[in-house]
Amino acid sequence: MLVSVYRYNPEIDDAPYMQDVHIDIPGGKDIMVLDLLQLLKEKDATLAYRRSCREGVCGSDGMNMNGKNGLACITPLSEVVENDKLVLRPLPGLPVIRDLVIDMTQFYKQYEKIKPFLINDTPAPAIERLQSPEERAELDGLYECILCACCSTSCPSFWWNPDKFVGPSGLLQAYRFLADSRDTATKERLAELDDPFSVFRCHGIMNCVSVCPKGLNPTKAIGKIRNMLIQQAT
Amino acid sequence: MVTSITSFGRSGLYDWMMQRVTALVLLTYTVFMIGYLLLNPDLGYEQWKELFNGTVMRIYTLLAILSMVAHAWIGMWSVSTDYIKPTGARFVFQSACGLLAFIYVVWGVQILWGI
Repeated sequence: MLVSVYRYNPEIDDAPYMQDVHIDIPGGKDIMVLDLLQLLKEKDATLAYRRSCREGVCGSDGMNMNGKNGLACITPLSEVVENDKLVLRPLPGLPVIRDLVIDMTQFYKQYEKIKPFLINDTPAPAIERLQSPEERAELDGLYECILCACCSTSCPSFWWNPDKFVGPSGLLQAYRFLADSRDTATKERLAELDDPFSVFRCHGIMNCVSVCPKGLNPTKAIGKIRNMLIQQAT
Repeated sequence: MVTSITSFGRSGLYDWMMQRVTALVLLTYTVFMIGYLLLNPDLGYEQWKELFNGTVMRIYTLLAILSMVAHAWIGMWSVSTDYIKPTGARFVFQSACGLLAFIYVVWGVQILWGI
C-alpha cells in the first residue's frame, strides 16, 4: 500500500513536504496505524512521532489519518485506508515541531485556564470527601478524557482562536469540575467562562464528538455549561 | 475570562441569548410575510400600503429590523474575529458592519413612517 507522510524538520527543510512510501504489510494483516509507523521508521529512522502506551490510554499518538484525527495505536488500517492509500499528517491547527510531532503548549494553556483540580474551601474532613453513587455517576463520560487533543485540533473554532476559545477538551474538563459535588468554586468557574470566546465560540458542529477516541461527548458537556450559565443568570 | 470590547453585549451568554431571541423574531416575521404573500396573490400597491399603515405592523417591522441588525452584528462580529486576524483590518470591517447596520435602521424607520 501507499503511505503518504507529512515530513518537516525545521533544521533541514525549508518547507514541509509529503513523503510517499510504498510498504508491504507483513502477512496482509489488519495492523494498527502505529504498527505501520514502526514499519516506516524501520525504513527511515529519521521519521519522528510521539508514542507511549500503544493501547489508547496515554494519548501520545494523536494524528490525522486520511483526514480524520485519532489515535494511531487503536486505529486499524481497515478503518482508515482508502484505495490502498493512507495519508498521515500531524494534528491540525497547532505548530509542528517535527514531522508528526506538534507543539501542544496552547492546548495545555487552555487546560490550565479552567483550573483542572478540585477546589473546596470548607474544612477538610477527617476522612475523604464522600460522594453518593449518583453524584459520582455525574462524572462518567467526563473524567475519562486522556488529553490527546484529537478533539480540540479538529475544531475550527479552536483553529481560529486557540488563545481565546478553551476548546472541546478543556471545556469537557471544565464541566467535569462544575459537575463535581465536592467542588465549591462553581460560581467562580462559571464567571471565568462567561465571555464571548471561552465557551460561546462553540457552534456545535460536533467534530469533537466524531473524532474522540474515547467516545466522549464534549458538545454535550458544553451544552451543560451553557445551561448552568443560563440558570445562574436568569 | 477573555476581555472583548467590540462584541454585542460583552457577555458571551448575552450574545448567545440575543442571537436566539432575534432569530425567533425574524422567523415569525419571515413566516408571516411569506404567508401574507401566498394568501394575497393579487397583491397591489394600495393593499401593501394599507398593511404597513397599521401601527402594529410598523412596530412588528421595526422589531424585525432591530432584530436583524443585532443578529447580523453578533454573526459578523464572530466571523470577523475568526477570519480577520490583523486588529486594524478587523476594526475597519466591524466599523463598516456597524455603520451599515445603523444606516439600515434609519432607512427602515424612514420608509416605515414615510409612507
